[in-house]
Amino acid sequence: MLVVNQALAHPQGVPLATEAPLDYWDALASTAGHRQAFLPPTGGTVYGTLLNHRDALAALGDQVNVAPYKAPPQAPILYIKPRNTVIGHRVPVVVPGDAPELEIGATLGIVIGRTASNVPADGALEFVAGYTVVNDISVPHASFYRPSMRFKCRDGFCPIGPAVVARALVPDADALDITVAIDGEIVQRSSTAGLVRPIPRLIADVTEFMTLYPGDVLMVGVASGAPRARAGQTVTIAIQGVGRLENTLVAAARGVA
Amino acid sequence: MKRARVAYGGAIHDATEHPAGLQLADGRVLAEEAVVWLPPFEVGTVIALGLNYADHVKELAKELTVTTKDEPLAFLKSRGALIGHRGQTRRPADVKFMHYECELAVIIGRAAKGVRREDAMQYISGYSVANDYAVRDYLENYYRPNLRVKNRDTCTVLGPWLVDAADVPTPHDLQLRTLVNGVVTQKGCTRDMISDIPALIEYLSSFMTLGVGDVILTGTPDGVVNVNVGDVVVTEIDGIGRLTNTIVGDAEFGR
Repeated sequence: MLVVNQALAHPQGVPLATEAPLDYWDALASTAGHRQAFLPPTGGTVYGTLLNHRDALAALGDQVNVAPYKAPPQAPILYIKPRNTVIGHRVPVVVPGDAPELEIGATLGIVIGRTASNVPADGALEFVAGYTVVNDISVPHASFYRPSMRFKCRDGFCPIGPAVVARALVPDADALDITVAIDGEIVQRSSTAGLVRPIPRLIADVTEFMTLYPGDVLMVGVASGAPRARAGQTVTIAIQGVGRLENTLVAAARGVA
Repeated sequence: MKRARVAYGGAIHDATEHPAGLQLADGRVLAEEAVVWLPPFEVGTVIALGLNYADHVKELAKELTVTTKDEPLAFLKSRGALIGHRGQTRRPADVKFMHYECELAVIIGRAAKGVRREDAMQYISGYSVANDYAVRDYLENYYRPNLRVKNRDTCTVLGPWLVDAADVPTPHDLQLRTLVNGVVTQKGCTRDMISDIPALIEYLSSFMTLGVGDVILTGTPDGVVNVNVGDVVVTEIDGIGRLTNTIVGDAEFGR
C-alpha cells in the first residue's frame, strides 16, 4: 500500500519519502525518536459537510420540520475549518478551559487533486487525489442553526492525517469502516456507507456553486453518536485502508481559552 | 500607502496608487483599466460578520429568530470565493434575490491570540473594501448563513487597495455607500457597527489565533437590494477605495 504527500515534523524539517508502505507510518510512529508530531498532509481549505450521514440526519427526527430549521436540508450544508484548526497526527489537542469535554467528529476527508468546478457526479472521482482521516473536533453544542465559531474553530480542532492515501488504493471510498477509540477502547463504529450524498454526488453538488482546488479537503460528514473525550485521553480514529489518526487531548494552561 | 496586486503583461505584480492610476513595482505606470485587479494581498482565513449594523438587523428582522445578541455573529468564507476590482460576479438565472453588501475589510498584520481590546488596533496591517454578495433564495436554517448563500465563486469582491493602517486614523468614522448603475442604494457609517473593530479582534482572538493575511469583513448597513445581470455595482468607503463589480449571467460561465 502506498501513501503520498507525507511529511514529518522532523527536527530538521525534512520531508520523508513521498511514497511508503502504510504500515511504515505505524512502525515509524511507534519508534521513540519520531513520536513527536506529523505535519498535516494537506494545505488547502478544509470544508465539513453537516448531516450527510443518514443516521445523523435521522437522529434529528421531526426536529428538522420545526423551528428553527423548519425544513430538512436541501443542498449540502457546508462549514469551514479555518487554518488555525489544522494540525497533524500525534500533535496534542488543547482542551479549552471552558469545555470539560470535546466532541470527536470522525470522518473521511476527500483530498482534491484537480481544480473541480461544476463537476458532474459521473466522473467526479477523477478530481480526487486521495483520502485521509479527519477529526472534526467541536465544543459540544446542541443547535445546528447558527452555531458560534467558538465551537468549531479553536486552534488545533482539526487533526488531519497521518497521510493522504492515493485514490487508486481506495477502491470504494463509499464503503469504509471507521472506528473511534479512546485510550484504546473502541467507543464508536461507523461507516462511509449510507451517506445522504455519496462522494461523487457530494462533489457534484458542492462544485455547482463553489470550486474546489487541489489540496482542499472535503469531509464527507460525521455519523450520529459522536463520542466525547477529556484532557488526558488519547483519541484514535481508524479508517479502513486510509490510516489511523491519533491525538492526545491536553488541558489548557490556566487562563488560556 | 495604497497597495494592489494586479496581472499585467503576463505576470502578477505588486503595485501602488499613482495619480495616473497605478504604478507597478518595476516602475511602469498604468491606467486602472489596463490591468486585471486581484485581491490586494495573500488572503488567509476570511471571517465575516452578520448583522453588525443596527439598521441592517432591523431590515432583516422579519426573518430572524434571534433579535438580540451578546456575541458577534461571525462566520467563515473561503479564499476560493474571492475576486478583485473590476471583476464579474455570476448571478444564477433561477434566483429572485441576490444582493451586495458593502463592508469595511480589516486585515490582520501579525499573529493575534488573546488580544485585549485596548491593544487590538496594533494587530491591523490595513483596510480594504469588500462587496460580500448573498443569494438569499438559497438560505437554509442550518449553519446560517450557509456557504451556498455566502461562499459562491466570484461572490466576494475585495479591493482595489490594501490601505496601510497608519493612513486610516479614524476607521470608526468612515462613510460607506453602494451605487447600482450610478444610483446610491446603500449608505452607512462605520461608527454604527454594533461590535466595533477592537471588540471583534478581542472576541475572535479569544478562541482562535488570527494569522497574517486573515480578514475580518465587519458587516454591512441598511440598504441591500436585488441586483440583475448587467448591473454595475460600486461599493465605496471614503479613504479606503471604490470597488467596482459587474453582474453577469450564467451564459458567461457556460451554464
